[in-house]
Amino acid sequence: MSIAERIDTGGGQTASACPACAVVPSAERLAQLAAPTSARLMLSLPTAHCAACMSTVEGGLEKLPGVRSARVNLTLRRVSVDAEPEVTAEALIAALDGLGYEAHELDAGMLSATETDRQGRELLMRLGVAGFSMMNVMLLSVAVWSGAEDATRDMFHWISAAIALPTVVFAGQPFFKNAWRSLRAGRLGMDVPISLAIILASSISLFETFHSGHHAYFDAAVMLTFFLLAGRYLDHRTRAVARSAAEELAALEVPRATALRDGAEVTVPIAELAVGEWVRVRPGGRMPVDGVVTEGSSELDRSLLTGESLPVMAGPDTVVSAGEVNLTGPLTVRVTAAGKDSSLHRMADLVAVAESAKTRYTSLADRASRLYSPLVHILSFGAFGVWMWITGGDVRYAINISAAVLIITCPCALGLAVPAVVTAASGKLFRKGLLIKHGTALERLAEVDTVVFDKTGTLTLGAPEPTNLGEHSRATLEVVAALAQASSHPLAMALAAATRSAGIPPARVEALREAPGYGIEGLWRGQVVRLGRAEWVGAAPLAVTATYLSLGGTTRALTFADRLRPGAEQAVAALRAQGKRILLISGDSEGAVADLATRLGIADWTSGALPAEKAARVAELTAEGRRVLMVGDGLNDTAALAAAHVSISPASALDAARVASDIVLLGQDMAPIGDALRIAGQATRRIRENFGISAGYNVIAVPLALVGLATPLAAALAMSLSSITVSLNALRLR
Amino acid sequence: MDILAYLIPISLFLGGIGLAAFFWALKSRQFDDPQGDASRILKPDYEDKPKP
Repeated sequence: MSIAERIDTGGGQTASACPACAVVPSAERLAQLAAPTSARLMLSLPTAHCAACMSTVEGGLEKLPGVRSARVNLTLRRVSVDAEPEVTAEALIAALDGLGYEAHELDAGMLSATETDRQGRELLMRLGVAGFSMMNVMLLSVAVWSGAEDATRDMFHWISAAIALPTVVFAGQPFFKNAWRSLRAGRLGMDVPISLAIILASSISLFETFHSGHHAYFDAAVMLTFFLLAGRYLDHRTRAVARSAAEELAALEVPRATALRDGAEVTVPIAELAVGEWVRVRPGGRMPVDGVVTEGSSELDRSLLTGESLPVMAGPDTVVSAGEVNLTGPLTVRVTAAGKDSSLHRMADLVAVAESAKTRYTSLADRASRLYSPLVHILSFGAFGVWMWITGGDVRYAINISAAVLIITCPCALGLAVPAVVTAASGKLFRKGLLIKHGTALERLAEVDTVVFDKTGTLTLGAPEPTNLGEHSRATLEVVAALAQASSHPLAMALAAATRSAGIPPARVEALREAPGYGIEGLWRGQVVRLGRAEWVGAAPLAVTATYLSLGGTTRALTFADRLRPGAEQAVAALRAQGKRILLISGDSEGAVADLATRLGIADWTSGALPAEKAARVAELTAEGRRVLMVGDGLNDTAALAAAHVSISPASALDAARVASDIVLLGQDMAPIGDALRIAGQATRRIRENFGISAGYNVIAVPLALVGLATPLAAALAMSLSSITVSLNALRLR
Repeated sequence: MDILAYLIPISLFLGGIGLAAFFWALKSRQFDDPQGDASRILKPDYEDKPKP
């Protein structure tokens, strides 16, 4: 029912927003012809999950003026909109919000790179070719195994060769290229034994076929290629989904600034600003540079930089840092540091340092392949040497044995062991609204024993809500509503929204005037009324977040509390149930942090922490041998996010924080974090089991191959059985 | 066993048709949104013509 109502309001907007279009349809068509450019917008839709969602979103968007078509991609949780050039992403996001869907803009510049997912399609094509020839070669091989003799067998081998050799050359390229690259770099990666096995199997089979031999391994070569390509494709797919959604969330940092040059306002890229220049920052705008206020007074929202939930006063000589949001009045700022020297960039450098430390983590797959590659090569060469000695120099037989060893050690199960589990786990988490950005994030998440939360914007939504409206008379609230409507200050906006939803009509207040940085004043029934800071209104300030009203000689306080993020309580409870140590480290004032900590039952909390202190605390915990999961959203968290063992940030976080974190929380709900830790633990167990399974097959099959009992049939059985068990095991993830 | 001379080319040809169909599906982007396509057929609103 509520959805239907919302659609109606969307339709209403349609009619009112473009009245001219209906009057002059030909003009619209002309405009279309004259401007061939159309906007293609891409939005991320983290909460879309069903067929009904698709209809609602597509139908709702197509009703908007200027939107030509909209198509939802449910796999990537995105909608792509084909629209007139003047349609903006903000309008679409607002419309989707009205329909009940959260949406974020995706960077159109990055779009072309992932939309034509060339690499994925290429892998899929090779996989198709390998699958086709695997089936055909297998048919012929079954005939040979069931007793085809002499000329028939030779013919079947020749046909197999005709199918398998081109396939291997075409489909095996990703492995050959990787192997060549790692050999040139002097390393022995997983792809070297794989390539060696494929090449050796193909060439020895060709040689045997030439000499009417009994055994040919064409089926093994093609099957190996197929299973490994399947693993590679799964791997690629999980990464592509994560990359496309995480990296394209449009940057929040302002790329442009309004500079004052020779008395005129000029829009320039931030990179061109020099120290000593003046920039103008409008209300609602973000500080592009570090600087000192020279003119104007206003209030600044520093929550993303420091975690303070309360806006701070800014007037002449106030020092401002890049990234702060100007709230109420226009400010002129003299630049003291721009670009690389600004605090925003220094923060980014901190992140880069911490990031490089993180890449030293070796994944389970790396550790396995580091063990596996040398072992396989030694075994295979050893078998060759020993059989040369036993047979007295029968090269053909010895090479046959060593090829059989290479084929039968089942790198295909190893190649599938990790990607199959990671795909299953990240698919599961993606449906819950968590995006795994980093390949080893799941494994690291499984090791976590300590969770550090940030407050503003993470556990809370960073949006204040009035708490004591009920204590005031209706007449008072009517005046408050009227005053609050006139300002874009967050506290005023919260008051306006709350009175509107309570059905309180604004009183008639005249001569409304905003004193930037202080509050709003007006005339009500001939007397001056003021809503704003305590000292300006003449009230005694309280310890909690509040704004004050002076009315008829008396003052009243309107108190606020930050709203808890939905699911925060469940997430904390789930983590506590899993026996994790939970800490709250915030840059906000003591009162606000203590209040939230008691509400959530977090005993271990710190307030007023500077960004460097947060990172230091995380490093300290790490030094104690703890594995820390950091959950944060602000710039003040980025260093801590990067320093932690693994990190999560909400999609609403600042760009730098999202880049620094391994996992992005796509929706507003925080509850999935508890599940994430559980699923990660399970996934790591499955990966280990999978390694165990492939090792088990090898323990049985390798001795057979070493003594020369491995036939192509045994190789095919071992390979397919181990691959299938490994994939099925991955699917057991709940 | 002369029948093999016909059967093997036939089986390869039929398999080749399947492979070609797969290539076509891949080129026309039918693997871009498997989850969406699966639920799209359950959409309640009836479309009488394909989208342009």
